[in-house]
Amino acid sequence: MSKVMVVTSGKGGVGKTTSSASLGAALAQAGQNVVVVDFDVGLRNLDLVMGAERRVVFDLVNVIQGDAKLPQALIRDKRLETLSLLPASQTRDKDALTEEGVGRVIDELRERFDWIVCDSPAGIEKGAMLAMRFADLGVVVTNPEVSSVRDSDRIIGMLDSKTQRAENGDRLEKHLLLTRYDSARAARGEMMKVDDVLEILAIPLLGIVAESPDVLTASNVGSPVTLHNPASAAARAYTDAARRLLGEDVAFSSARPPQRQGFMSRLFGRKAAAA
Amino acid sequence: MADLLDRAEALALPYVRVRGRSFMAMVVTPEAPTATWFAAFDQQMGRAANFFADRPVVANLEATLEEGGTDAVLIVLDGLDARGLRLVGIEGVDARLLAGTRWERLPKTLHGRDVALEASLPLAANSETPASPEPALSAPSLLIDRPVRSGQSIVFEDGDITIVGSVGSGAEVIAGGSIHVYGSLRGRALAGLRTGAAARIFCQKFEAEMVGVDQLYRTAEHWGAGLHGRAVQVLSDRGALRLSTLD
Repeated sequence: MSKVMVVTSGKGGVGKTTSSASLGAALAQAGQNVVVVDFDVGLRNLDLVMGAERRVVFDLVNVIQGDAKLPQALIRDKRLETLSLLPASQTRDKDALTEEGVGRVIDELRERFDWIVCDSPAGIEKGAMLAMRFADLGVVVTNPEVSSVRDSDRIIGMLDSKTQRAENGDRLEKHLLLTRYDSARAARGEMMKVDDVLEILAIPLLGIVAESPDVLTASNVGSPVTLHNPASAAARAYTDAARRLLGEDVAFSSARPPQRQGFMSRLFGRKAAAA
Repeated sequence: MADLLDRAEALALPYVRVRGRSFMAMVVTPEAPTATWFAAFDQQMGRAANFFADRPVVANLEATLEEGGTDAVLIVLDGLDARGLRLVGIEGVDARLLAGTRWERLPKTLHGRDVALEASLPLAANSETPASPEPALSAPSLLIDRPVRSGQSIVFEDGDITIVGSVGSGAEVIAGGSIHVYGSLRGRALAGLRTGAAARIFCQKFEAEMVGVDQLYRTAEHWGAGLHGRAVQVLSDRGALRLSTLD
């Protein structure tokens, strides 16, 4: 039973592409057959983050328009047998995507892979809508700051109304992946706390990825952090998140575990978070 | 070839959507003698001049036809028209009877059910205030048992809205009556679109961006931090918006 998972956020720059690559790689490292699909037509990045930029010949738009067959466009990762990439086109724009075409490609991918990870573009326009359209579950990537949280809230509303699953009246699982978290700054009140974000978004927590230079380094060398530096805190956070996606019950260890605050401190202890 | 052209045309044209909507129509049933009935009608309408303004009206002419025949039917229709009533349908008259008249195209077989409404008509001669044209409907309500997310807009003009969950920052809830939020209210809530000052807003945790009741509204900068995070109700009190804690 294959699963289509959209990685989305609304806001740009919160770590969708990094998280798509890292979760995809972590799932593949766990033995799953994974493809990561870049939906950011016109601004593709996933090929760089996964170190496949020199190997792109055909892309998602070519497959949708029938100029190439799916196997011609799929790029298999050189380090991980079970990880593939379907790149976006850099020369086209989002209008090149059609719902019918995307649906056809997703159906074809479902036959070949266990996990289809759709890396959504920022925004709430056509590209983002089509990235989530056929999803079975959504991973909402959020930074602990008010603008990111509000945009995530908006995207969760769209996952609940604009996806095919939602329109058919089926439930769509949603998970929160909190990235660029700095527990020291959160403790000083300069950043939103995990509990605050969870309370506002009201969806289950998939993982907390601490702000870390390891993530940036991994992106720059074109390797998901779970492959590049598996011992790093960020890699462990993504690996744990992937295990949770596979149904394992993994305790939160890479950052402070999310505890419920007491009633009184929740009532009076809120501080405005510095954005 | 023609078939192909037809298909190409069909593809190019947008799909036309039709929506359903129900309206409250007034049913008038003129009685014989017609002159007396119109006199009484004029007297009553004198006290509520706008009662029929912009309201669809259906004329039940069964009694008129029985008493006065076809001529009486036409006279009554002209009489109603002259008084500015917007006829949308006729009941109790055979369609063939009106063939060739200017009433020919009005529907004769409308489906609907009666709603008790007489009470709002100013029948008694001593009624001081003109009755509101607002029909006394049973109070419907809308229950939403999931969070209202940022960017979503819940509009329910017919009555109260109850939300089991939070209203996100950047979301809005607009109700004809009151608004009840069993969760945090972080977005906008506007109540009383229909019921006016009688409407209230209740929430378990008040972090709103804007609240409004009956055309009065306040944004977050108008209230102090003392209400933040508390259980709060918002009501319209003699022309001013009042916010108070419930706990």
